[in-house]
This record gives sequence, C-alpha cells and structure tokens, in this order.
Amino acid sequence: MSGEVVIAYLAAGVLFIRSLGGLSKQETAQDGNTNGVLGMALAIVVAAISWTTRDGMIVRDAAGRLLTVAWGSSGALLGAVAAASVIGAVLARRVEMTGMPELVAVLHSFVGLAAVLVGVSSYLAPNDVHVTAPLERTVHLLEVCVGAAVGAITLTGSVVAWAKLRGTLDGKPLLLPGRHALNAVAALAIAGLAVPFIQAAGSEGLPYLLAIVGLAALLGTHLVMAIGGADMPVVVSLLNSYSGWAAAAAGFMLANDLLIVTGALVGSSGTILSIIMCRAMNRSILGVVFGGFGTGDTVPGGAREVTGEVHEMKADEVGQKLVAARSVVVVPGYGMAVSRAQGAVKELTGALRERGVDVRFAIHPVAGRLPGHMNVLLAEAGVPYDIVHEMEHINADFARTDLVLVIGANDIVNPGALDDPGSSIYGMPVLEVWKSGLTVVLKRGMAAGYAGVENPLFSLDNTRMLFGDARRSIEALVAEVRKASAE
Amino acid sequence: MKGVIIGVPRETLPGERRVAATPESVRKLIARGFVVRVQRGAGALAGIDDEAYGGAGAELVDDPWPEADALLKVRPPTLDEAARLKERAVLVALLQPERNPGLTEALKARRVTALALERVPRITRAQKMDVLSSMANLAGYRAVLEAAHHFQGPFSPQVTAAGTTPPARVLVIGAGVAGLAAIAAARALGADVRAFDTRAAAREQVESLGARFIEVDLAESGEGKGGYARVMSPEFIAAEMALFRAQAREVDVVIATALVPGAKAPVLLPRDVVEQLKPGSVIVDMAAEQGGNCELCVPGEVVEHRGVKILGYTDLTSRMAATASRFFAMNVFNLLGELDDALDVDIESDVLRPALLLYRGEELPAPAPKTPAPSAAKVKTRPPPPDAKPLQQHISSPTRRAWGSTVGGFAVIAGLFLLGRFAPPDFLRHSTVFVLACFVGWQVIWSVQPSLHTPLMAVTNAISGIIVVGGLLQVGPTMNAASVLGVIAVFFATINITGGFLVTHRMLKMFRRDAAPAKGAHR
Repeated sequence: MSGEVVIAYLAAGVLFIRSLGGLSKQETAQDGNTNGVLGMALAIVVAAISWTTRDGMIVRDAAGRLLTVAWGSSGALLGAVAAASVIGAVLARRVEMTGMPELVAVLHSFVGLAAVLVGVSSYLAPNDVHVTAPLERTVHLLEVCVGAAVGAITLTGSVVAWAKLRGTLDGKPLLLPGRHALNAVAALAIAGLAVPFIQAAGSEGLPYLLAIVGLAALLGTHLVMAIGGADMPVVVSLLNSYSGWAAAAAGFMLANDLLIVTGALVGSSGTILSIIMCRAMNRSILGVVFGGFGTGDTVPGGAREVTGEVHEMKADEVGQKLVAARSVVVVPGYGMAVSRAQGAVKELTGALRERGVDVRFAIHPVAGRLPGHMNVLLAEAGVPYDIVHEMEHINADFARTDLVLVIGANDIVNPGALDDPGSSIYGMPVLEVWKSGLTVVLKRGMAAGYAGVENPLFSLDNTRMLFGDARRSIEALVAEVRKASAE
Repeated sequence: MKGVIIGVPRETLPGERRVAATPESVRKLIARGFVVRVQRGAGALAGIDDEAYGGAGAELVDDPWPEADALLKVRPPTLDEAARLKERAVLVALLQPERNPGLTEALKARRVTALALERVPRITRAQKMDVLSSMANLAGYRAVLEAAHHFQGPFSPQVTAAGTTPPARVLVIGAGVAGLAAIAAARALGADVRAFDTRAAAREQVESLGARFIEVDLAESGEGKGGYARVMSPEFIAAEMALFRAQAREVDVVIATALVPGAKAPVLLPRDVVEQLKPGSVIVDMAAEQGGNCELCVPGEVVEHRGVKILGYTDLTSRMAATASRFFAMNVFNLLGELDDALDVDIESDVLRPALLLYRGEELPAPAPKTPAPSAAKVKTRPPPPDAKPLQQHISSPTRRAWGSTVGGFAVIAGLFLLGRFAPPDFLRHSTVFVLACFVGWQVIWSVQPSLHTPLMAVTNAISGIIVVGGLLQVGPTMNAASVLGVIAVFFATINITGGFLVTHRMLKMFRRDAAPAKGAHR
C-alpha cells in the first residue's frame, strides 16, 4: 500500500468519525450524513485507483504501449456497482418509514453476506504478501475463520430478524429444548473445525471453511429465532454491531486499516445502542442474546392479579376532554406504526395546537421496533421534533398534564414495572402516565403487550379505554376537535 | 362550693426565669372549671405581666401556697415552701428528688401527691406532656446561639474582597432531642456540622438534617431503653475518645449533649481532648447540670482553658423564658388532662404512674416495667423481595459504569500483552488501530440523541458498506472464483452504501423544528 492510499484511508476514517459525531444533534445531522458520503466516495475512488494500478490489471510494454487491460474484471465490477446503486436508491426511496426496521435488517444481512464472500475469496486468493511466513499464514487463516463466521451469523440472524419484523415468521420466541447447549455445541464445533482448516495446505481447507460458514449460519438463525418480538429493538441493534465486527474482521484478513476502523466504529455504535435498549427494558444484554424472554425469569408467585374494572370512553367524549385540556401528552407505541396513524396524529396535534392546547410527545426508548423508530415516524408525519421528548425529560411533567393519549403502547406505560416485584418487567423504567389527570388508552382490544404482562394501568380510576383501530379513532378525535373549533 | 384551686407560684431559684403557666394555659384550665391563682410577678421574667394573667381570668394573689389544691411549678419547691403546702395537695414540677435531699420527706409530711415531670415516660401518648423533650429542643437551639456568641468568627462561610473564610466546624455529641435541635440550628447558621451518637438509629436523623454522621469502627449499639443511650463498654469508650481527640483538632465548636438517665453524665471531653482544640474554640456542655461531659466544665459558668471557652450554662432554656414557659405550660396542662376534675390521680395510668413520686404522701411500689423497646429506624422501608431484579438506578449508576469500562480497558490491555508476545507485528498494528477505533466510536456514539438512533443505524449501515473496498481488492485481473466472489461482495456492499446514505438523507430531511412554537400553524 503506497503512502497516498494510507493518507486517503486516514482521511476517510476521520470523515466517518465526523459523520457519526454529526448525528449527535438534529442541527448537524444532515452534515454528518454528507461527511459519511464524502468519506465513502474518497475511499472508493482511492481503492479503485490503487486497484487499477495493481499487477496485471493494465499491462504495458517497455515503450509504454498498452498490451492488455483486465476488461472482464472491470466490466463485472462496474456492472455490479451500477446495478447495486440503482437497487439501493430504489429501496431507499420506496421504503415506508414504518418499514425502516425491515430495511435496516436487510442491509445488515448484506454486510454479513459480503463479509462471508470476502472471507472465502481471501482464502482462495490471498493477494497480499503478508501471508507467506507460517505464523502470518496461521493468523490470516484465523482471521478468515472469524470474519466468515461473524459474517454468516450476521447474515442469517438479520434475515430471520427481517422475516420476524415483516411478520413472515411468528414473533414468538422459538425455544428449542436445551438451546443453550445447542449454541455451545455449534460454537465449539466452529472452533474445532478451525483446526483442520488452518492445517490444510493451499486451498484444500475450503470444505472446512464452508462447514464453518454453514454452522455459523445455523447458529445465527437459532439465536434470533429464540428472541421475542418485543426484544426486536435490541436484536436489530445487536445485529448492527455484528455487521460492524464482520467488517472489522474483513479488514484484519485483508490488512486494511480503513475497514478495521469503520468496522470498529459501527460495532461500537451497535453495541451502545444495544446497551441503551437493554437499560430501557431493565434486561441484561446476555439475557437478550441468549433469548427466551418471559420464560422463567419471573418471580415465583407471578405478577399481581389485576383487579378492577376497565372503563370505556367513546371518541366524542374523549374529543371534548381534549378540547377542554390545557396540556396533552401523546405516548406513541408500536401500535401507532402498525395502524399507520402518525399522519392522523399530526392532524390532531395541529388541530389542538391551533386551539392553544400544549401538545407534546413522550417517547420511550424501546417504543417501536427500532431505536428511535417513533421519532422517525413522527418526523415523517411532520411533527416538529422539539415537541417530541425523551422519557427522562418528560416523566416529571405527567403530574402537571391534563390528559395523556396512549396510542398502541402497553408495556412502556405499565405501572407494575415500578411497584410489582412479581411482574416480569419489574424494574424497567416506564412512562408514568397514570400521574396525569386523565389517561386515554387507544387499543384494538384487551390483549396484553408483547411481554405478555397484564397492565394494571387499564383499570385505574383515571384511565379510560378507547377501543378500535388507532387511525380511525384518532381521525374521529380530529373531527371532534375541528367541530369544537368551528363552533 | 368553691372549685378546685390551682396555684402558680413565682420561681425562687436564682436564674430561673420560666413559669409553669401562661395566660393561654390559664384560660384552658379555667375552661375546665378550675380556679387559678397566680402569684403576682410570676411571669415577669418570662415577659408575662400580671395583667395578662388577670385578663385570662386568673386571680392574682401574693401567696398561692397555703390554699391551692394543686401547685404548678417549674423547679422543685424549697423545703420552706414544701412545708407550707396545703395537706393532700397535688404538686407538679421537675422535682428531681435525687438531687434535693429532704424534699421527699417534707412532701410526705404534707401527704402531698407529687408528680415529677422529668419522669413522664417517653411513650407516644405522653409526648405532649414530655417537658424534657420540649425543653431539650429549645436548649439545643440556644446552645448553638451561645456558642456563636462566644465564638469569634462567623458560622457561615464568608466571601469578601478582604478574604474568605470557611464555614465553622461544629461537632455535636449525642443526637438526642437537644443534639438534633443543635444540629439544625448550626446548619441554619451555615456551619459545617458533624454529629456523633452511639445509637445507630440516630444516623438517619442526623443525615436528614444535613450533618455528617461520624462513628467509631466498633460494632456495638448503644440503643438503650426509652430512646436514651446506655453505658458502653470500655473498648467502645476508648475508641470514642480517640475519635473525639481526632475531631478536636478539626472543629471550632463542640456541643456536648450526652446524658445517661439516672446517672452522672459521662466525661467525654477530658482535659487532653480540650487541649487539642484551637484557641478561640467554644465548648457548650449541655450536661453541666448532671456533672458535665467536659472534665473542665463548671456548672453555670464560663471558664477558659488555654483559649478554649467552656460554657457550663444550666439555664439555657431560661434564656428563652417566654417560649420555654409556653411549652412548659402546655406540657403541664396536657398532663393535668390525665387527672380527673377533682385532680385525683389514677394510679394505674401508664403515663402518670412512672411520674408519681408520692401518692397522698406515700411512695408506691415501683410500677411493672413497661418501657418501650428501643426504637428502630423511624422510617420502615419495605425490604425488596430476595430475588427481585434490581431497579434501573442500580444498573446504570455512573460509578458502576466507570468501573466497568476501567476493568474492560485493563482486560483489553492484558489481552494485547499476550498478543504482543506471540502475534506477528502486522497483526499488532491492526489490533492497535482496532482498539483505538472502538474507543473513538464509544466516545462519539454516546452523545447521539435518542431521537436520531434510527438515522444513526442507517448511516452505520451505509458506512459498513466500506467492505466494498475489501470486495474490490479481491477481484483479480482474471475472473476466477475469488474474483467472482469479490464482485458479488461489491454488489451487495454497494446496495448498502447507496441505500443507507439515501434513506438517511430522506429521514433527516423529515426532521424539522417547530416553525411557530406559539399556536401551531399548519406546516
């Protein structure tokens, strides 16, 4: 690698760091994205130039006359890049914001796949000089193993996560008997296969490598199958970090610092997101990785029985309450995404704010299926981001709030998480909506949340239920508020 | 028929300014049907003139002693006074028979029913009659004021153009009623307060007042009967002394309030501890009347030893006679509420029986001990269920996180050392880059707003498409298997790059600030 390339890779790495740093604030987020694009463009251009100057790509004779050009390889690459760019652009344009979790999962799987392919390819044609000595060769083969295995876990894990998010696969965790043992056996087998793989001469170890990839693929599938739907934000974050580690492993095997740096950045980012999500659910990260939520980690004796009556309230009455309120907080949950109610919510917000009602939004960190999912949905609908607040910022304000609208959320507003040690979500921080004057819960029916936990909120004296499809209910509320404004 | 006469004499003990009844309590006693006769000038030293008593309905007399059926007093009567009591009268006062020899005999001779206020039990029902507590509260407050008066510096920190001073450091020994009042008063004046008590239950109360609870490294509870401390073991006392000696070098003011019921006050500040104090320091010995916590204390006087002033005032409450009299009078009135309208005493009453020194001139056999168990911590917290998951706060405590990352850092370093021993240099260089990049990522990502987590994921998706470079490098001049795999990798990685960046761009364009924060116009 020549000096210019190293410097260019360094610059690209710095641009990537600035890109992630820019995302820390709304005001600089767009710049952050631009920095990322610049860094990527720089890296690709420099890599392409250094690729064309490699041995055998463009061959000239002593007089400088062109003898051969590797048209086949170049053409294949250009074609692949062109086709992939179109596909990527179409995906990005077409995706619904409610479908963001699926898109993110798919993109993770691509990184995993690329890591597997690069790993196998690097085994077949180690194109750098650093693998000649025996020790170096062993290290390189180990790197190939790790890279291919992590890539395969990312690939199949992401595909399963994608299918679960789409609903193709059931959201319920698949709990095979002795699943921890199965995972351990698979991991040990991967480690065991690495030994003959490293000992094999030339590229004779390919079957072992493919077996490793296959086992890792099964492991990835099984790991994500065992995780329930409510844990999806953590799973997606975890896979995000895996995709980073896969890229970093590829960087190790290709001795490419830029890949290592970028992979490490992405890996830490995903890890941090996973930690944030786990804290928001009071779960340990290992507990989520190895799956099986709500299957025995409840306190013996079980949750407190929920007693008391559920009070229903019709849309017209809720509308009157909204008109009479001075401050309203909206708590969106996954249900809002499912019924695509964010547009109607925005309408309602506008109608209420025109009347001078103070409307704000309270976002629980694990609301939705992706970290920050609710914020994106509300932004898509056109809700200004400065009235959208995080849990810590708004929890103290519920006592001064006249009315709280809970839209398709359940576990994140469950008071049992704070005071019922028997509840399986005990200890999870929740939005304390019950402290407000009146809480109206929009729900399709009386089903429990993803955690399968009864919610004592629904039978509190100052809670009313508004049953029905969230979007229709909110549209009805908009009509009520508009009617009151017209009078 | 004339009603029951209650007499309120003037206190005769020098320095005593309090009075056992105020116009307020007189009015209430009259409302109960009693006749109240107040000696002229009884309230003068407490700022209550005779007209005020008259206005409340009391008869003003020159000598209430001979005719009163009941006498309310602060201090014990002199033997002369006792001899002039009406036969079978009721006497209510702080009698302290153990320090007034001959008094009991004199009262017996008059067949008096004597209620000793200092013996009212410390049970919840009797709190409103507990003269010791109400007086100790005032005394603790006053002790701080007296200390501040004699201390030649400010209690609160001063910041002036001419220089700054730190807050005065106050040590309160004994966190009973008086000690807690002293802590509160010293804190209110801005001092830095620490307090010592042998009872573990005191910690919570001390800390709730904003003081520091200091203790000796010896597990022994001084929790005794009735909320008092008990006498401690010699080892404990030695440790205690060492603690006081160390504290004496630091503090400016010591308020000593340690009392053990029925015994001489323990000497906690012997001469050598006093000599550790800086000149100009002040000791207020609130136990002076019971012998003093300080060896050098002279009851009722201010002595100076090597520049340290030792205040042995025994009249701290009298120095606030108006308020003290009000509280005292209300305590006494409440106690009389336990007596019937003829002022006869129910000798089975658990409140009166312990205080009943004499009943119609006779000593009664000691009541069955029915003292309350030592009080535990005031607030009962429900213990968490044994296998409950810890609450969020414990998990995300910053110290725990800091420790976690420190330990993790050391583990990484240890791992690198092992690598450095065996691995090839190229690998080490890459590992260095990798670890540093992880740390950079770690620092950068924590500051990302939660609302931007989805765009963050999309961007990281895009930049992890950097693996395209890896794919590219695997493509050789000829289209062999390795090259084909490389091309496929490039294909998928490119989808990631374009898709990730474009969708991020699309998302970020949607985020917008509130254009009109007042009345939300349509946007």
